[in-house]
Amino acid sequence: MVTPLPVTRTHSALQLLKHAIGGHRNWPQYWRSPEPKAAYDVVIIGGGGHGLATAYYLASKHGIRNVALLEKGWLGGGNTGRNTTIVRSNYFYPQSTDLYDHSLRLYEGLSHELNINLMLSQMGILTLANSRHDVEMLQRWSNAIQVQGIACEWLEPEQVQAEVPALDVFGMRYPVKGAFMQRRGGTARHDAVAWGYARGASQLGVDIIQNCEVTGFDISDNRVRAVHTSRGTIRTDKVGIAVAGHSTVLAEKAGFTLPLSSMTLQAYVSEPVKPALDRVINSPMVHAYISQSDRGEMVMGAGADAYYSYGQRGNLPTLEDGVRSILEMFPRFSRLKMMRQWGGVVDISPDTSPIIGKTPVTGMYLNCGWGTGGFKAIPAGGDLLAATIANDKPHPLAEPFCLDRFRTGRLVDEGAAAGVSH
Amino acid sequence: MSMNKDRLPGARVDTSSPVSFFFDGKPYRGYAGDTLASALLANGVRVLGRGFKLHRPRGLMAAGKEEPNALVQLEEGAFTEPNVRATLQPLYQGLRARGQNAWPSVGFDLFGILGLFKPLFPASFYYKTMMWPSWHWYEWAVRRLAGLGKAPRERDPQHYHRQNLHCDLLIVGAGPAGLAATLQAAPSGKRIVLIDEQEEPGGSLLAERESIDGKPAIEWVSATLATLASHANVQILRRTTVTGYYDHDVLAAVERVTTHMGPSAPAHLPRERWWRIRARQVVLATGAMERPLVFPCNDRPGVMLASAVRHYLNRYGVAAGRRTAVFTCNDSAYLTAIDLAERGFSVAAVVDTREGGAGELGDRVRALGIPVHAGHRVLGTRGRKGLRSVRIAPHAGGSESSIACDVLAVSGGWSPVVHLFSQSGGSLRFDETLQAFVPGMSVQQVRAAGAAAGLLDLRGALNGGAEAAVSALHAMGIDAASALAQPAVSVPAAKALEPFWFTPGVPPEYQWLDFQYDVTVADIALAARENFVSVEHVKRYTTNGMSVDQGKTSNVNALAVLADRTSRAIPEVGTTRFRPPYHPVTLGTIAGRGIGDRYAPRLESPIHERHLELGAEMDDYGGWQRPACYLKPGEDEHQATRREMHAVRNGLALFDGSPLGKIEVRGPDAAEFLERVYINSIRNLAPGRARYGLMLNELGIVIDDGVLVRLADDHFLVHTTSGGAGRIFLMLEEWLQCEWTTLRVRCTNVTTQWATVTLSGRGARDLLAPMIQGIDFSRDAFPHMHFRTGSFGGAPVRVLRASFTGEGSYEISVPANRGLALWDAVYAAGEARGIAAFGLEALLMLRVEKGYLHVGADTDGTTNPLDLGWGPVIAKKQSDFIGRRSLSQPEAVREGRFRFCGIEPLDPSKALPIGAHVLDSLPDGRRRSGGYVTSSCFSPTLGCWIGLGIVRDGPDRDGETVTVAGNGIEMQARLRGTVYLDPEGERLHA
Amino acid sequence: MLQIDCPWCGRRDEDEFNCGGQSHIQRPGLDCSDAEWGDYLFARINPKGVSLERWRHTHGCRQWFNLARDTVSHRILAVYGMTDPVPALPEARS
Repeated sequence: MVTPLPVTRTHSALQLLKHAIGGHRNWPQYWRSPEPKAAYDVVIIGGGGHGLATAYYLASKHGIRNVALLEKGWLGGGNTGRNTTIVRSNYFYPQSTDLYDHSLRLYEGLSHELNINLMLSQMGILTLANSRHDVEMLQRWSNAIQVQGIACEWLEPEQVQAEVPALDVFGMRYPVKGAFMQRRGGTARHDAVAWGYARGASQLGVDIIQNCEVTGFDISDNRVRAVHTSRGTIRTDKVGIAVAGHSTVLAEKAGFTLPLSSMTLQAYVSEPVKPALDRVINSPMVHAYISQSDRGEMVMGAGADAYYSYGQRGNLPTLEDGVRSILEMFPRFSRLKMMRQWGGVVDISPDTSPIIGKTPVTGMYLNCGWGTGGFKAIPAGGDLLAATIANDKPHPLAEPFCLDRFRTGRLVDEGAAAGVSH
Repeated sequence: MSMNKDRLPGARVDTSSPVSFFFDGKPYRGYAGDTLASALLANGVRVLGRGFKLHRPRGLMAAGKEEPNALVQLEEGAFTEPNVRATLQPLYQGLRARGQNAWPSVGFDLFGILGLFKPLFPASFYYKTMMWPSWHWYEWAVRRLAGLGKAPRERDPQHYHRQNLHCDLLIVGAGPAGLAATLQAAPSGKRIVLIDEQEEPGGSLLAERESIDGKPAIEWVSATLATLASHANVQILRRTTVTGYYDHDVLAAVERVTTHMGPSAPAHLPRERWWRIRARQVVLATGAMERPLVFPCNDRPGVMLASAVRHYLNRYGVAAGRRTAVFTCNDSAYLTAIDLAERGFSVAAVVDTREGGAGELGDRVRALGIPVHAGHRVLGTRGRKGLRSVRIAPHAGGSESSIACDVLAVSGGWSPVVHLFSQSGGSLRFDETLQAFVPGMSVQQVRAAGAAAGLLDLRGALNGGAEAAVSALHAMGIDAASALAQPAVSVPAAKALEPFWFTPGVPPEYQWLDFQYDVTVADIALAARENFVSVEHVKRYTTNGMSVDQGKTSNVNALAVLADRTSRAIPEVGTTRFRPPYHPVTLGTIAGRGIGDRYAPRLESPIHERHLELGAEMDDYGGWQRPACYLKPGEDEHQATRREMHAVRNGLALFDGSPLGKIEVRGPDAAEFLERVYINSIRNLAPGRARYGLMLNELGIVIDDGVLVRLADDHFLVHTTSGGAGRIFLMLEEWLQCEWTTLRVRCTNVTTQWATVTLSGRGARDLLAPMIQGIDFSRDAFPHMHFRTGSFGGAPVRVLRASFTGEGSYEISVPANRGLALWDAVYAAGEARGIAAFGLEALLMLRVEKGYLHVGADTDGTTNPLDLGWGPVIAKKQSDFIGRRSLSQPEAVREGRFRFCGIEPLDPSKALPIGAHVLDSLPDGRRRSGGYVTSSCFSPTLGCWIGLGIVRDGPDRDGETVTVAGNGIEMQARLRGTVYLDPEGERLHA
Repeated sequence: MLQIDCPWCGRRDEDEFNCGGQSHIQRPGLDCSDAEWGDYLFARINPKGVSLERWRHTHGCRQWFNLARDTVSHRILAVYGMTDPVPALPEARS
């Protein structure tokens, strides 16, 4: 591995002042938009966070700079730009905590590494227990996190109330009986993550090509030779796929199947209000989560619309149930107004854990199956896929998340382990 | 300063009903029929808000939901609501409102100083700074500067309602197009619903001085409403906004039931009502919104939409100012000059960006003596907290001149309200004439009419409405109808709009696009310069259109600026997809009544009231309200539980097992079916006998356990865990209906049909024998794991000898309505012998002493039956069952799996925390979880702490000492077998 | 909100139903390979377009039936019984 290549540091308060004097007329482009070349060492498909991070780490950590990143629409336009921006590493299984804490640690240094303020806000995330059974399960979970060496605190109901004054701890249909809290958890600006990686990758030589849809692959002797796109054929012998909800569609073009279900996950935000909630709150029992963005919007989400969909739009019942759950926790938010509702296509694997690694086609690598939790994993997903591509063997942290586990049965089923949903 | 002490004649407010209200603490007076905005305007209050970023003073700009500036905090305390559009809030007696996002007030805001630093705050400046040493240092302050109004700090004192609606034809909007459509469709007899968001139907006709058939248009509105009232098939919903168009022609709408009354609204009425509408056909007559023009300092209070100035003048009888100038790029704004001048108000000038000026309306304006400056632009505005003058100049260059005015009525053209059409999945098309997006292809049963379809004049609205209704009826198979002849209207000959998206040649920094999030032309230009050229990128980078108006006044202007900066045509740039809601919706309204106690049902056993009388501490167990324990005076839960455990082991004890899942399985193939469901053999079970069994899912994971009873050859009673009955029942049905479709079996979930009382302890049989007829309770006639039926006071009774405590027990079930009688009879009969009721906590600890499995606690989503030691049982069975194949997958049989075993603390006086982990050490010295304590309790019988767990290869490590850590404690424990008490089961057979 | 034509109860809102996932999956016998069993458990077509899937009218007749549904437009192209063959489908419009 080579020493990571640095990003040019064009962002700072001083630069802002300098450009202000110049009327902001001389800011450089965040990324270049070159025409695709005929061939690349590596082609990454998918201009979301995971794809962009993969391209960035290929260039910065592995010195592989002759890379094209293909995006059929606009960068960060899929789930990267549609999620509730939560970052955390409070998982149950060691394989998961290793992976997600790697990601969180990368996030912690990312604003400086990429020279863009990602507004990583480690406000703390509370996972609520709402029954005696929850208390037992969540203590088991909380202890698991601590065994992994990750700080995590158990809070009694009074302590929960002190941390989150707006929460109706005692009055709920399912009163809060405790919670565990990861103080390093929180939120980050999703767009900035995508743009920051894009800027870094582009500076290091990666060609970012938007509005370029992959239409097929040239595969012979079970080895990938080229990628056919709406902007011509690109020769390459290494392809990384990071397209979340559309993974199945690309796998089909490459001739293999995946154990994924694509569904719509909704999110919604309220109108902005002054600070009223300074933690991320998640309740597995009522199955909803909420945080307040730096702009003041309450950012909310709940379960997926439980049927296959590529529609990028949610339906009413899921919204109604989700809002009910939010108000169950925060009755005082009843008079706030929902300003925007949207949906993203999430790729849910049978054990709700990701799939990272090689595929049945030589030279083709995969990063998918993040389901409803992909945003927090962007740095790790990119880092691991880049390492897997560069070394042509799975990164050790990625080994438990190989595609093969759906034939051996060795699942990493977080939801099942905790007795609660993901 | 106060203008309009009295309103102009013809205003739709009741000047005989004055209404007093407060803004920022000061008292004002308006009239019934006013909105907060019209009343404030009438009182001369000019500064109603502050910009989000720079805190520049902002005044009223619009008259409807597109208003970007006049957002107020309505009321205080529990009734408070942030971000209320003053333009939409009807005035009521005593209304209290405050300006937002300012200190001490919007009139004088100290944060206004931020405006001086504007050059430091270009679009997305925050991504470029505040990184050193970390964002955390800045975030606190930034969060407090952001946000608009304040969230309530109390529970909402009002409630909300949800209502369903089915109709053949839904017409959205009761302006001229919607009314014409309804009039057209009414005779069809189809169920028609007309929804309108205003206080009264009429739409734009309420605010414009149009005439229909030579009479004021408002008379046509009244006549039309009278006609519609005679059609029983037509329903009109007022004060109702359709906010979302979802799949399959389902729409959501919000009816503001009492928001026009404020906190004094009758408590029995909901504040708002959420309508779920299923329509066969939909006509969208949602009108159009005027766009502002973009020029330097166009955010000055006094710069208003030309249509809004007319709206306040004609509908509320309020002139927005004393001297108005008009600035436009199309003909419609000339009406503002005409309406004002004809009412005797001073109109300084009309500034028209078009060299050729206007058509017929231009002549009328000139005839009124108003100067028209064609081919001119506005270069700037003056006035600190209110407009005083504007500076204009010809495009071609030449001398600048200044026009004194306190209102500048602007019009940048009109955008059809296509939000709902776009939400429905329909495509949008850019119309070059209108310079706006109009509906294209629809994919659901929807069409737009009138201004919403791009037909902006009254004739287009009436004809378009009628034609849309004909088309909708046609789609329902009604062909006879042809569009009615529409009344005569006069439409002045107009000249085409010439787009004027922003003002070139002058600095773009102060040309506002989005007034809420303070986005200017310079911000779009910066985004384009930094290669954010996709419309979605620009929206996100500049935040244009992301605030509470969701870009209603800014989107098209911003698109046009982007198109200009990237040398593309507007259609090439495209537009962002419209998403619900069209207008923000109160969260409480979406939730409806299903909150608080109605969030989830509370299941109660038929014996519930008796538990309460006995002092039960109730809690929620899988939805069931059950006694955790029965508290005697002075006891806490631990003490009560230990007392109850002692009672069960040493005396007569009673338990309410009613929630125990009960599923009857009947049919010639019932045995075959259950053979495929359970992992153990079922076929050889004799009638009257019971057997404990496990069920798996196809992954081989244990999902439920329970005692199965064979009532007859073709009749079984499947007991599931409490709370598992619904889930297991659905699973059985799924296998029968989807996989084994030829099996002749029926399943019925009878859980709530039967109340179950469990009696254990010495003398139980003697107590039951006289009470229950038809059952021989003698020890040999009715042994453990047998089942009998009899009668209790004439009602059927089912008795099962099974046990989850380890004591010989009788589970007695009677029809639910006899449950209480049975409990009382048993309790009364046992009282002399000291019978004790025991709760769930005692039960769950007693079974730990016996090492009985509690599925869901001692198992997790990875536990298979091999982990529970059921390998030999499975080996004996030949045939397939659900999940069997998974048990021979490599993962199921590997070493190192977490398996069920006992675990006891080395120091028996110390509690093993439930959820603590058994630690494994890795070669590198790190520690990993090697399983966990799943159950733990103090056994009063044994006088020590005991536990169960699933531990890596646990049963193979009998006697091994392990380190356990959790809940802040680290301790030593020993692995062992699961059974702590009575391994021979002698108590069961007693 | 999907409006689903239950074969027994008529048109109802989607929240009365549950989707059981891809239909027409053949359950292999005990003698199948690990790979075959893994595919049976996990491999799914997950189509972008017409999906043949089974639904249960949970809060109604509790009966299972099949839908042919477009996963992009969410249009329902056919409703048919659990044991019925796949009917001829109209052209899907995505």
